[in-house]
Amino acid sequence: MKIVMAIIKPFKLDEVRNALTDLGVQGLTVTEVKGYGRQKGHTEIYRGTEYAVSFLPKLKIEIAVAADDVEKVTEAISAAANTSQIGDGKIFVWDLEQAIRIRTGETGVEAL
Amino acid sequence: MKNLISITPKLAGLSALTAFSLAAVPAFAADTMDKGDTGFMMLSTILVLFMILPGLALFYGGLVRSKNMLSVLMQTTMITAIVIVIWVTYGYSFAFGGSESPYWGGFGKLFLKGVTADSTAATFTDGVVIPEYVFIAFQMTFAAITPALIIGAFAERVKFSAIMAFVILWVTFVYFPIAHMVWDANGLIFKMGALDFAGGTVVHINAGIAALIGSIMIGKRIGFGRDMMAPHSMTLTLVGAAMLWVGWFGFNAGSNLEANGAATLAMINTFTATAGAIIAWSLIESVLRGQASMLGAASGMIAGLVAITPAAGSVGPMGAILLGALGSAGCYFFVSVVKNKFGYDDSLDVFGIHGIGGIIGAIGTGIFTSPLLGGTGGMDYSIAGQTTTQIMAVLITIAWCGIGSVVLFKLVDVIFGLRASEQDERQGLDLSSHGEAAYHS
Repeated sequence: MKIVMAIIKPFKLDEVRNALTDLGVQGLTVTEVKGYGRQKGHTEIYRGTEYAVSFLPKLKIEIAVAADDVEKVTEAISAAANTSQIGDGKIFVWDLEQAIRIRTGETGVEAL
Repeated sequence: MKNLISITPKLAGLSALTAFSLAAVPAFAADTMDKGDTGFMMLSTILVLFMILPGLALFYGGLVRSKNMLSVLMQTTMITAIVIVIWVTYGYSFAFGGSESPYWGGFGKLFLKGVTADSTAATFTDGVVIPEYVFIAFQMTFAAITPALIIGAFAERVKFSAIMAFVILWVTFVYFPIAHMVWDANGLIFKMGALDFAGGTVVHINAGIAALIGSIMIGKRIGFGRDMMAPHSMTLTLVGAAMLWVGWFGFNAGSNLEANGAATLAMINTFTATAGAIIAWSLIESVLRGQASMLGAASGMIAGLVAITPAAGSVGPMGAILLGALGSAGCYFFVSVVKNKFGYDDSLDVFGIHGIGGIIGAIGTGIFTSPLLGGTGGMDYSIAGQTTTQIMAVLITIAWCGIGSVVLFKLVDVIFGLRASEQDERQGLDLSSHGEAAYHS
């Protein structure tokens, strides 16, 4: 099993979710986060005073998937979250040792 | 029975009175009071209160960081309450107590001595009066909003107790005398013939100058020019600005003291000048930086309202559009260029908008009141003459307010310390001064 974590532009959430639902992904977790990458920040001007906003709002989504599905899932996220503009985000994948469904006690892929 | 008996002599007395008064019509006409005027003034008074709470409080509150939201709401609320109590105890007397001094009203009406529900105050029409209580209440709201305006200049860093002490001293030694000078028939500036319809000098220039001095004497916020200090809720700022606009109809039209044609001129000018100012600020921003901002439109709105305040009763609706636009342009230049160049931290641009807008309005009143420009000045109106008088009035106000404010800020600083401690400022004044938070996540 793997965890797929993606940082995406906030307004791309619905498209990403739809793409993942089409793949049969059963659930995901979304967190509002702030950060910077190569896009850096931007400046905002209030009555002529400029402020550098160095951390931009993004969404972090986390999905636990069976190892075989990782490629499909990352491709779906890449396709859905892509605007070809700087700041589209990144996808990270890592190993997941165990998953347990609290209600039934199922473990492993069964619990996803 | 008793009643009947007592009615008869009254009737007889009435007919005798009628016969007598026929010969003395002017003397009796000298005391006309109209229920329409009274109702209009009561409503206008409440509208000005609405400008302060919640209008100004939300306008300012939205502009600070979320950790200082409550401090601004609280300062505005407390200033309103304190000035109301001061006004009825001695403020009204100091401003309108009936003394012949050009500088202050004296002790004649301390604790509203001698004022009853039957007392009257004169209006701009000979022989038409309004109840004195409504005049007192209307003027009271003006006295309350002026120091409330000042606090925006040093928001996010001032010590609560110190600023309350400052406000008590400032209204006593700066506001009441200037209100007397400008609006009392014996006042220095009134006698010069200066036009200040609804308080451009008394309220806005006065507040703006004290604000500039306060922002410099209290010093910059920690992290000024380095940290992110953007407004925490532009939504509330627009809500507050729009409430100010609505309330301003009480401020401007109410300053006519009668619900007549002149009040409607003030009303339409309060629409057109503000519209012109919003468009001007947004156009300038569009051209100079490519985007028109919401904060810009709200700032233009206030700049226009400030600029039209002294002129509302004497310029025409077209002149008002231009005056509003000029006010907007002047204020834009100050808040976006001059302030950054000099580097003072007038946090919410009280000087940049109320001070500068007030000065442009006061001088513009001299120009746009001319009948040549659609104003209501008489045939012999002299733009140069009136404008000179306007400038003199502005200079007197700046001098009185400037010197008074420096002394009072210094005094309060020595006794109480004007500035919150560094730790309190970093934590935010909501928690450190008031023990509560505006928002819980």
